[in-house]
Amino acid sequence: MKSAVIVFPGSNCDRDLAVALKAVTGREPMMVWHGDSALPDGVDFVGVPGGFSYGDYLRSGAIAARSPIMRAVVEAADRGVTVFGVCNGFQVLTEAGLLPGALMRNAGLNFVCRTVPLTVAGESRFTAGYKVGETIAVPVAHHDGNYAADEATLDRLEGEGRIAFRYGEPVNGSARNIAGIVNDRGNVLGMMPHPERAFEPAHGNTDGRRLFEALVDGVVA
Amino acid sequence: MKLNVYVTLKPGVLDPQGKAIHHALGSLGFQGVEDVRQGKLIQLDVADSTSDADIDSMCRQLLANTVIENYRVEKA
Repeated sequence: MKSAVIVFPGSNCDRDLAVALKAVTGREPMMVWHGDSALPDGVDFVGVPGGFSYGDYLRSGAIAARSPIMRAVVEAADRGVTVFGVCNGFQVLTEAGLLPGALMRNAGLNFVCRTVPLTVAGESRFTAGYKVGETIAVPVAHHDGNYAADEATLDRLEGEGRIAFRYGEPVNGSARNIAGIVNDRGNVLGMMPHPERAFEPAHGNTDGRRLFEALVDGVVA
Repeated sequence: MKLNVYVTLKPGVLDPQGKAIHHALGSLGFQGVEDVRQGKLIQLDVADSTSDADIDSMCRQLLANTVIENYRVEKA
């Protein structure tokens, strides 16, 4: 699997994501600067990392979503390339129109930074390493993770099995406890929790690792 | 041409920051504040020839996230 990680000014989980990707793919992911207008040839996985791109000015992810590289990411997603946004990356993907809805300020107004239970809610290439209904533990660290969409969109996501992960306890006020969703084609996932921070035994648990392993298996198969 | 663009949360969208302000006003002893909604004001200075359609596109493409926000443009 040939992977790329997008780097915006203010990204701070780009290296964590790169370390996880290198561990599962055996090769160094390419780090792609936000000002570039093209992805490297032959990329089959694009990671949009966590952080505070452009200082979260205007709205979280809003400015990053309009950066030159994001046009190339949208085109790649349209071609079926796997695109994975974590935390700020999820905010960027919604702002770019690749995923429906928006991520608002946490209902409790606090920055939430702790490990939370996540229930695997839907089948997708991203959740192939888990059983639907399984509960895993993954850290969150965000201020704007409160997922919002209109009722019709929420019903559609639910009806089409596109809710990938739900919080197993109240975290940020997200509609229907949504922690992660996929697009209608199933090749784009956005999630607020950080599976790349639950990857090695030194992290305290390795529940996030299977997400990355399943993607590599999916590409090889 | 100076423009004031007001970006506000759509009615019905939960506004936790507005709620916190509401609560703080109550703590200061102000009675009778029924509700508080927080929004933003973005001030633009654009060429006089800028069309209304372009201004509208600026709002839709960047200044407001129309999933959760409304916008209103005022020529100042």
